[in-house]
Amino acid sequence: MRSGTLLPLKQASVMPGFGITLGYTLIYLSLLVLLPLGALIAKASGIGLSGIVAVAAEPRVATALWTSFSISLVAAAVASLFGLLVAWVLTRYDFPGRRIVDAIVDLPFALPTAVAGIALAALYAPNGWVGSFLEPLGLKVAYTPLGIFVALVFIGLPFAVRTVQPLIAESERELEEASALLGASRWRTVWSILLPPLLPGVLTGFALAFARAVGEYGSVIFIAGNLPYVSEIAPLLIVIKLSEYDYTGATVIATIMLAISFAALLVINLLQAWSRRRFGHV
Amino acid sequence: MASESRPFRLRSVVAALVIGGAGLLTLSGAVSAQTQLLNVSYDPTRELYREINQAFADEWKAQTGEAVNVRASHGGSGAQARTVIDGIDADVVTLGIPSDIDAIAKATKKIPTDWRSRLPNNSLPYTSTVVFLVRKGNPKGIKDWDDLVKPGIQVITPNPKTSAGGRWNFLAAWGYSHAKDGSADKAKEFVTALYRNVPVLDTGARGSTVTFAQRALGDVLPAWENEAFLVLDEFGRDKFEIVVPTLSILAEPPVALVDANVDAKGTRKVAEGYLKFLYSDKAQAIFAKHHYRPSKAEAAKPEDLAALPNLKLFTIESLQGNWDDIQKNNFDSGGLFDQISKR
Repeated sequence: MRSGTLLPLKQASVMPGFGITLGYTLIYLSLLVLLPLGALIAKASGIGLSGIVAVAAEPRVATALWTSFSISLVAAAVASLFGLLVAWVLTRYDFPGRRIVDAIVDLPFALPTAVAGIALAALYAPNGWVGSFLEPLGLKVAYTPLGIFVALVFIGLPFAVRTVQPLIAESERELEEASALLGASRWRTVWSILLPPLLPGVLTGFALAFARAVGEYGSVIFIAGNLPYVSEIAPLLIVIKLSEYDYTGATVIATIMLAISFAALLVINLLQAWSRRRFGHV
Repeated sequence: MASESRPFRLRSVVAALVIGGAGLLTLSGAVSAQTQLLNVSYDPTRELYREINQAFADEWKAQTGEAVNVRASHGGSGAQARTVIDGIDADVVTLGIPSDIDAIAKATKKIPTDWRSRLPNNSLPYTSTVVFLVRKGNPKGIKDWDDLVKPGIQVITPNPKTSAGGRWNFLAAWGYSHAKDGSADKAKEFVTALYRNVPVLDTGARGSTVTFAQRALGDVLPAWENEAFLVLDEFGRDKFEIVVPTLSILAEPPVALVDANVDAKGTRKVAEGYLKFLYSDKAQAIFAKHHYRPSKAEAAKPEDLAALPNLKLFTIESLQGNWDDIQKNNFDSGGLFDQISKR
């Protein structure tokens, strides 16, 4: 205890430990995130901006980037939509085995991605359990871009479910009841009462699923077919560049992916901020 | 109370760390009493080197009284070369294609560039070739390379960018067409047509084998000879059969000492002994047993040799010159494979 008259130079915070935790956070982030990314960009910038643009404009690289990002986007959207449904069912209804189903949702998190890829390829290959039914319908999944989509939805699902689940659990049924009592149609209640508070969670899930999908390698590589200009993803192209001992080329593609992902995540974050302002929730 | 217990806990953590560290030291001491060799090899040689390494350890013990333990690391040939470049302390490398060892020599200087001339037979203790695996009864009637470019035939082969096996397949097809028509343009057309028939490019030879054998995709799998025999043994001779083309490539998976590493580790004598052992009668017989073509045929069991069909083999160097050019013209960025993949 300091004695009375002089004010202490430093006032103890109500929440102690800010200095040490912030220091730890900064060092931790620098060592584990900023330093590797900095090294990546430093290596890539060795060939200059025009060099980077030239690599991005290579038809094969451009096609692979397009494949990766467009399919990731669609897959994340689908995962978000169905993740919302899954989360809704798991939170709102009680049924036998609910806890088991709830646990199953997390499996794609825990599964090594290569195992997921091999399992999906085995299922959707022309002689697989699912593939053998789809093939006669003229629907080829494995070894086509559709296969990439399936793998990316698979790994994106838990993100979508887990980010909206707490919001659904929180949402108040009284509001729904009030809406119904005031004469709103069921659809109107869903649209104006239920969904708006969930939107930030859905967007977070979408962003996470998208980010994960863009960088996904193991699960895709076994089901994609990896044909240049058809089903070749950008991460594979990085591995190929590395096999050619072209470290600069590999880091350049990685940097381009990083830039696009960063821009996409920024847009999603802005959307989130907007939705928070708009609906004033969470 | 609390202020007293904290330094105590800290001390116990330090003590635990010290004890743990000492434990690790004694553990590594115990291991290093036995000489360790690391052989960095490519993917389909797992079964082979397990047997070779045991045979070498026995032989070395009998000759010198020294215990030696050879560890082997396996993976795609190009990826393995990269781990050596990035600093894994391999004593010897036994890779799938000469250009991968060239890449190590060029990037790190740990291996002299004339490494091929330092061991007998161009540093090739054994060779192999590319044959075709087809489904039992050969429903598509595949006899030779020409059948692989026919419309409607599906060929399963790995990506030559990532797989040594894939590169041998590519070079074999190119060489066949070149031998037939005598022109590089025709050969380019030929491989273009062939790769149009490829529905899946796996990243490694084993991946392609799985796609063909387990996923039942495709009509023909051009494969390392030993890999084709392995499928017959694994999946049953009633499901697949081997078709031998009239002409194929002499696949050359070479071996080399990593000089800088063995000198740093003091393992030069054992590592050189290991490479020499690969040319011994005992090792040669093991190569033949695993369906590789031994460089010393007389050392192998006659029945193992009889299983390896007679066919005309060409070396790619006789057609395309040195390995620097072969790698650059075909597989590097903008090379032949990139050109024919454009659609």
